[in-house]
Amino acid sequence: MPDTQSLVNDFVIKLKRRKVEGSHATARQTAELLRSVISQQRVPYTNQAGALIDAVKAVGEQLVAANPVELAVGNIVRRVLHIIREEDISLATNAIGGLGLSVGSDDEDDAAKDDHPALSAAAVAAAFRSTLRPPSLHALLEGVPDSGAVPHASSSGGDSEGKSKSADKSTRSRKLKHDVIEAINELIQDIDTCHEQIAEQAVEHIHQNEVILTLGRSRTVMEFLCAAKEKKRSFRVFVAEGAPRYQGHVLAKELVARGLQTTVITDSAVFAMISRVNMVIIGAHAIMANGGVIAPVGLNMVALAAQRHAVPFVVVGGSHKLCPLYPHNPEVLLNDLKSPSELLDFGEFSDCMNFSSGNGAPLLHVVNPAFDYVPPNLVSLFITDTGGHNPSYMYRLIADYYSAEDLSLQQRPASGN
Amino acid sequence: MDSRRASRMVIDPKPKVRQVGFFTPGAPPERTKSSPAESLSSPPTSDMSPAGNSLSPVMIPPPRHASDNLSSSLGLNSSRVLPVPVPMSPIRRPSTGDNLNLPLGSYNPSESLLGTSLSPSSGFDDEGLSEDTSTSGWFVRGNPGKVASSFPSGGFDTTAMKSRNIPVVSNLTTVSHLLTKRKKGGIAEKGGTLVEVQHEQVRDSKLKEKTSKAERRALQEAQRSAKAASRAEGSKTAATSGGVTAANAKPAKAKASQKKEGSSVASSDRKGPEKDRKKDVPHPRMQFDDKQRVEKAKRRAVVKQTEARNRVELFRHLPQYEHGTQLPDLESRFFQLEPMHPSVYKVGLQYLSGDTSGSNARCIAMLQAFKEAIKDYTTPPEKALGRDLTAKISSYVSFLIECRPLSISMGYAIRFLKNRIAKLPLTFSETEAKATLCSDIDRFINEKIILADKAIVKHAVTKIRDGDVLLIYGSSCVIEMILLHAHELGRQFRVVVVDSRPKLEGKALLRRLVSKGLCCTYTHINALSYIMHEVTLVFLGASSVLCNGTVYSRVGTACVAMVAHAFRLPVLICCEAYKFHERVQLDSICSNELGDPDVIAKVPGREDVDHLENWANNENLQLLNLMYDVTPSDYVSMIITDYGMIPPTSVPVIVREYRREHLWM
Repeated sequence: MPDTQSLVNDFVIKLKRRKVEGSHATARQTAELLRSVISQQRVPYTNQAGALIDAVKAVGEQLVAANPVELAVGNIVRRVLHIIREEDISLATNAIGGLGLSVGSDDEDDAAKDDHPALSAAAVAAAFRSTLRPPSLHALLEGVPDSGAVPHASSSGGDSEGKSKSADKSTRSRKLKHDVIEAINELIQDIDTCHEQIAEQAVEHIHQNEVILTLGRSRTVMEFLCAAKEKKRSFRVFVAEGAPRYQGHVLAKELVARGLQTTVITDSAVFAMISRVNMVIIGAHAIMANGGVIAPVGLNMVALAAQRHAVPFVVVGGSHKLCPLYPHNPEVLLNDLKSPSELLDFGEFSDCMNFSSGNGAPLLHVVNPAFDYVPPNLVSLFITDTGGHNPSYMYRLIADYYSAEDLSLQQRPASGN
Repeated sequence: MDSRRASRMVIDPKPKVRQVGFFTPGAPPERTKSSPAESLSSPPTSDMSPAGNSLSPVMIPPPRHASDNLSSSLGLNSSRVLPVPVPMSPIRRPSTGDNLNLPLGSYNPSESLLGTSLSPSSGFDDEGLSEDTSTSGWFVRGNPGKVASSFPSGGFDTTAMKSRNIPVVSNLTTVSHLLTKRKKGGIAEKGGTLVEVQHEQVRDSKLKEKTSKAERRALQEAQRSAKAASRAEGSKTAATSGGVTAANAKPAKAKASQKKEGSSVASSDRKGPEKDRKKDVPHPRMQFDDKQRVEKAKRRAVVKQTEARNRVELFRHLPQYEHGTQLPDLESRFFQLEPMHPSVYKVGLQYLSGDTSGSNARCIAMLQAFKEAIKDYTTPPEKALGRDLTAKISSYVSFLIECRPLSISMGYAIRFLKNRIAKLPLTFSETEAKATLCSDIDRFINEKIILADKAIVKHAVTKIRDGDVLLIYGSSCVIEMILLHAHELGRQFRVVVVDSRPKLEGKALLRRLVSKGLCCTYTHINALSYIMHEVTLVFLGASSVLCNGTVYSRVGTACVAMVAHAFRLPVLICCEAYKFHERVQLDSICSNELGDPDVIAKVPGREDVDHLENWANNENLQLLNLMYDVTPSDYVSMIITDYGMIPPTSVPVIVREYRREHLWM
């Protein structure tokens, strides 16, 4: 237990100091941390899932507080919570149905852990969901209440566990934790491979002689473009440099190394060039539930220009970037103000700063935000590892990954304590 | 449109007044009634007929041409000859096939010229041919029947026309006899050709080059004969129509002009306004993807220019040279550049090194240099001051262009100067002329730039209220003046200085503003949508405002205007009226300026950003440093100029109405 606490503290400090940046790295490390938290969490005999959930939530709250802008942390915490709930439900249905599935998923060999149990859990969860959620046409037509499904849907919380746990506690306690860790492994793998899965779709979106504009650097975008290039598509990429971090230079270098025709432009030339661009492809920092995007600074401008010229604005991002929150005033509340030294050198204006004059307030402010919010109406398409989606569909996609109970991480412990 | 409008002027006997707004032309319907022949023969498409032609909402014909047209259309003995159709009687037409290869139905005057001059096989004797060609371009030969039938949309009925036209035609035949006599034969052989004589008051310079001495003589002759023909026609028509007033002469003329339109070649009507407007139309710019012309320009070039490597495909038509190589080269050749005046040379170096930037500063620097050059100028023996000085200025200008492409404001200043030189009275002595020119230049700088800026500041300050947060972009001197003036007036406001790579001009401006005690916020262009929440008003400078209301300005201005528009903020453009230009532009690609691409690879003060070192070695990688962009007019709320505050739709009015007079001042 102190072991996990020190791990958590380390990570919190890293997040606070912005040592870990980028949603991919953060997501991955969060998942790994939570995995170790779960594996070391001692589970009581009753209400195991509840205990796990509480532990994860407690850690998650700390992590989110460390860097509230890094939404990937919260996303992963919620994903893990959702995994725990799903596994718990699938176990419960297993127990109720008395299925022979336990034979397949029971072996604790490490060799088979990669896909088999997770697959079974996912399959069961999917089956469970399919029995639960959409009411059958028959039920709709006849007006018969779906007697089997309704109680289950409501009993996702703590009480269903109490009933089913009476059966075989010892095996189940180990099994739940095991399954959850398996699923988290799966999640980590998903995070690592989401680039490839997104990149696979590239050929469906990029045609010959296309002109693509992007801003800053995103690994997903790079892989996406390179995948299309490997499929022998020849196209041209305009890279806006993305001041003040100039990640566009890095992207341009990488693209050129892969043999793509690349042109670096200044950010201010975006409007001038967009009329000759066929598609804007950008990576996101986070994708909000309303279909809005938290993206590197400058992209709102690009999106507006793209809308003006009716250029498709495509956002690529793995599912770990899907955030179940609805943004409120995201330009300010979900933003990070970086050091002004990126814009003006320290001391460059010290001779002009006369604090004695006036009311002592400095005459000069320097604003250097890190993110931009792109509202959903400016986004044409999201490409995630599960395929292409409309902005308006995002909330639905998010419902697949998160449980509604987890949306607010703080509230539960506050009310519980 | 133009041709039609002009043709109407030919017909309309009423004196032209400035007619603005929507109105129905009173005269045409009456005339249509009075001459049934015309209405009958008028083609079904109403826009072909001059009578059914409604005017454009704003029609301000240049008075000079209007009066010319008027006098001749009334059948008076005008010394100038207007389109005079001389249709020969169809009987005398030799039915040769060679008429067919004449360019009928071509709207392009140069084409028709080409057609006539390049058809020696058409069986005309040389004299006649040369006469025709020299009568400048608008010449068309062909038989009336052919013309009419060869024009499908005209809907002419040849036979009907003939029958109705008989009196006129016969008259004209006699005219043609007269003509033939005067011309000592030559035309007689080409009987049956419809000769529409027309000459222009203002002759194409291109054409002038082409005409040889003999041709010029022939031209004069043709003009004389045409004059005679018109006179004869006037009298004859009057005679045949008996007691009918001169107004009756019109139908014939209308008919003729209409026929010309039908034959689509006549273009006589285009003459006046068209010619005049042609001067306004800016010269086509040099396209640098045209290899031949680039080669030619290179041979003349003073500045040694090496083509940049790794050029962006989309911008092949713009010049892009290796920067850094020209400057030392030019400096070393300081004493070899014989014809270049040192002050001009200095300005060129300043342009090249980027020490002088901003269109006002560049324009003033250039004019001052020209002033120096004019002061030191002496007319070489056996040369006229006007011609020689113009040539000299032209060479200076081309030198400056090699250093950096001209800004639009400079183009206007150069035009102004050349105009002044051209308008110098011949009686002036050299010293007088030089003094006049110098004072003209001073007046231009003073009135068009300095006073204009003052006027703009006066207008713009009224828009700044206490508590405003003003967003400015880049570094515009007039906007700086506005802010400082408002600060002096004691207005309480904050300024957001938005800057962008690679020039980072905002830093210098920020320094000046902060040192004056203004409260400033500094940010990058990428953070626009973050900072725009606090802003209440956006002030932008412009390099030029084009006739369709678009604003041609420092790259990034369009982005700022767009984001401000998205936030429903007013965007005020401050621009002196001398920077307005007749050109129109829709995108930022067709006309722009390319800066040094190397500055993109390097970020000053950020050594860690060195990913693009040696970028030129990879042919897949290009860096693009655009200098300007074009802001669509719908993002612009208002343009503040020295004539006042106008919407972007009123730019052409300023350009056409106000500036015209000032150019000729």
